[in-house]
Amino acid sequence: MTPPVLSVRDLVVDIPTRDTTLRPVDQVSYDIAEGEILGVVGESGAGKSMTGNAVIGLLDRPAHISGGEILLNDRRIDNLPYEQMRRVRGKEIGMVFQDPLTSLNPLLPIGDQLTETMLEHLGIDRGEAQERAIAALEEVGIPAARERINSYPHEFSGGMRQRVVIALALCAEPSLVIADEPTTALDVSVQAQIIALLKRLCRERGTAVMLVTHDMGVIAEAADRVAVMYAGRLAELGPVRDVLTAPHHPYTDGLMGSTPLASKGKHRLHQIPGAMPRLGDLPDGCAFNPRCPKAQDRCRANPTPTLADCNGRAACWYPLRTDDAHDMRIASA
Amino acid sequence: MTALVAIRNLTRIFDVSKPWLNRVLERRPRALLTAVSDVSFEIPERKVYALVGESGSGKSTIGKMVVGLLQPTEGSVEVQGVDLSRETDQARIEAVRSDIQMIFQDPFASLNPRWKVRDIVAEPVAAKGGNTHGLAERLLEQVGLSALDAGKFPHEFSGGQRQRICIARALASEPRLIVCDEPTSALDVSVQAQVLNLMSDLKDEFGLTYLFISHDLTVVQHMADTIGVLYLGRLVEEASPDALFDDPKHPYSQMLLAAAPKMDGFGREVDPPKGEIPDPINPPSGCAFHPRCPIAVDRCRSERPELRAIRGTRVACHLAQ
Ligand SMILES: Nc1ncnc2c1ncn2[C@@H]1O[C@H](COP(=O)(O)OP(=O)(O)OP(=O)(O)O)[C@@H](O)[C@H]1O
Ligand SMILES: Nc1ncnc2c1ncn2[C@@H]1O[C@H](COP(=O)(O)OP(=O)(O)OP(=O)(O)O)[C@@H](O)[C@H]1O
Ligand code: SF4
Ligand code: SF4
Ligand SMILES: [Mg+2]
Ligand SMILES: [Mg+2]
Repeated sequence: MTPPVLSVRDLVVDIPTRDTTLRPVDQVSYDIAEGEILGVVGESGAGKSMTGNAVIGLLDRPAHISGGEILLNDRRIDNLPYEQMRRVRGKEIGMVFQDPLTSLNPLLPIGDQLTETMLEHLGIDRGEAQERAIAALEEVGIPAARERINSYPHEFSGGMRQRVVIALALCAEPSLVIADEPTTALDVSVQAQIIALLKRLCRERGTAVMLVTHDMGVIAEAADRVAVMYAGRLAELGPVRDVLTAPHHPYTDGLMGSTPLASKGKHRLHQIPGAMPRLGDLPDGCAFNPRCPKAQDRCRANPTPTLADCNGRAACWYPLRTDDAHDMRIASA
Repeated sequence: MTALVAIRNLTRIFDVSKPWLNRVLERRPRALLTAVSDVSFEIPERKVYALVGESGSGKSTIGKMVVGLLQPTEGSVEVQGVDLSRETDQARIEAVRSDIQMIFQDPFASLNPRWKVRDIVAEPVAAKGGNTHGLAERLLEQVGLSALDAGKFPHEFSGGQRQRICIARALASEPRLIVCDEPTSALDVSVQAQVLNLMSDLKDEFGLTYLFISHDLTVVQHMADTIGVLYLGRLVEEASPDALFDDPKHPYSQMLLAAAPKMDGFGREVDPPKGEIPDPINPPSGCAFHPRCPIAVDRCRSERPELRAIRGTRVACHLAQ
């Protein structure tokens, strides 16, 4: 069996503060295979971006990896010196963030940004890089790419800029793309264009993708598997259809129930009481227990289980069996 | 059914020209942006009318004209039969104004950080010299917070709790109409569910009418009795949620609904919409959607379609049937 492109094992990220150490990522483990899109969902503050940033080696100080390991194509990358990691980021990992301007240099024409990246990582000459840059822009749907190659980022609309970022992320032919909320700031119709583009390019090239979003609909349509995060941990991990239609973790079940569902018409939305705890203020036991309808004494007495402690699917001592998950409604809709 | 709100031929134009001197030096004409163009609809009492549309389609501009934060360039907003921009009787205007409140998207920006929650919530009543004794405490309990929260400051609350405070404030003057501009867009889904349920409960309890603005189609479908779809400042379709989602009649509505991600759309291959929303300063002639419309004909380029009734919905398209 070919090894996964990305393998994250028991990843822990710590943020030391004056009086305590916060842990925004706690024992997170997952793999992404070639050509696979792993969706990562969870509410604000769940640790989605921190996990992605740890993989690409761009944690903001004082946050740092304090446990576990990250393997890219079977090679450890979590302990590489800065300069080496910078090369891995340019060559082997492409990045797409919510705000395209964070990935683009405002002072450089977009064509130069593409050619510079390719010159550094692909060992081709300037003429060829130029041609490939035009081809890359055409591929992501920039009209009149040859004429627009000398345009600056501010001359494009938000949706067009995000296309340029995708061209930039993929131009060095990386094996992994980390896309953190790539469409959150965009309109529905532009979002559909960007997601379709990402899916097509990655499928054609066999790129592994970590797609972070809080939009369950985007996950359903784009992801092969989904990881649900809560308070820095993986709550559930599995094939997207299984997790969304028959959740095992009470939090996933609650999330699905609280999402207005087109096929359901007017109904009272399921409510998860309360809100996600702050990092400095995590409850004892399972982090979800104060909000969990299934919580028992055991959940308050023991720390949050990991996936490995349980059935590999849901990090929960009392996972919902598929028959009492009230969210079979999607499957039957 | 009596309409609480009647919006007639509402138009709002913004002057987005550069300063006079630059215009002269650069030989540029005035630039006028039509944010809302000839929009008419009615909101019956105790109903939820939702406006959907993509960024820049004019949703917030309509909302602001309804509450009186912006003046219409043309057309009128009538609430309880009073035309707010033409009525001269100040007392009648005041009476109607206090029946209208607004809730905004950003629960962080819309609360004064230096005020205690008690003063924030009671402000609409205090401003008119009304009796505020115990008012904030009562309202806070009504929106699912505690009377003890009245003594706290906004920063002590989460996003969802702050939006509850905004709702409590909106309820203080016992309004009949609340304009809600993306009230849950900044909230996580689990918190959004709490706020949407609360808004539904309050509507039933107080007999409220909502103008509900959102870009989220599933939220709109969940909340609305009637949905108005906006494109480039124009109302292109108006329908009940069932009619719109089962059988969208305007090509833009069809495109929007096809593009929206579906929770049960596992592995769905979307044929993504073509093109982008045009520049509102120089909108296309005729039907504003024609450059992107898959079925456009010559007439669409020259003649702007009027809204017309088709099987219980209203559609602005020459070819829709
Ligand atoms: N410098 C910091 N100091 C302390 N806490 C931090 C710092 N940076 C991030 N955090 C916390 O780390 C946690 C994880 O943040 P992260 O950005 O990964 O969340 P997320 O899941 O991406 O959320 P969102 O959906 O809002 O983007 C949050 O609780 C956040 O408040
Ligand atoms: N004060 C203003 N001055 C100039 N132009 C404005 C002003 N307010 C709004 N506009 C323009 O009017 C159009 C409609 O804006 P509006 O805010 O109503 O859109 P919206 O549908 O609420 O969009 P969003 O979903 O982004 O909130 C946009 O093109 C906007 O740029
Ligand atoms: S471990 Fe207990 S508290 Fe945590 S999610 Fe499972 S049932 Fe709920
Ligand atoms: S009027 Fe013409 S261009 Fe406009 S939506 Fe209808 S068919 Fe398309
Ligand atoms: Mg994030
Ligand atoms: Mg708006």
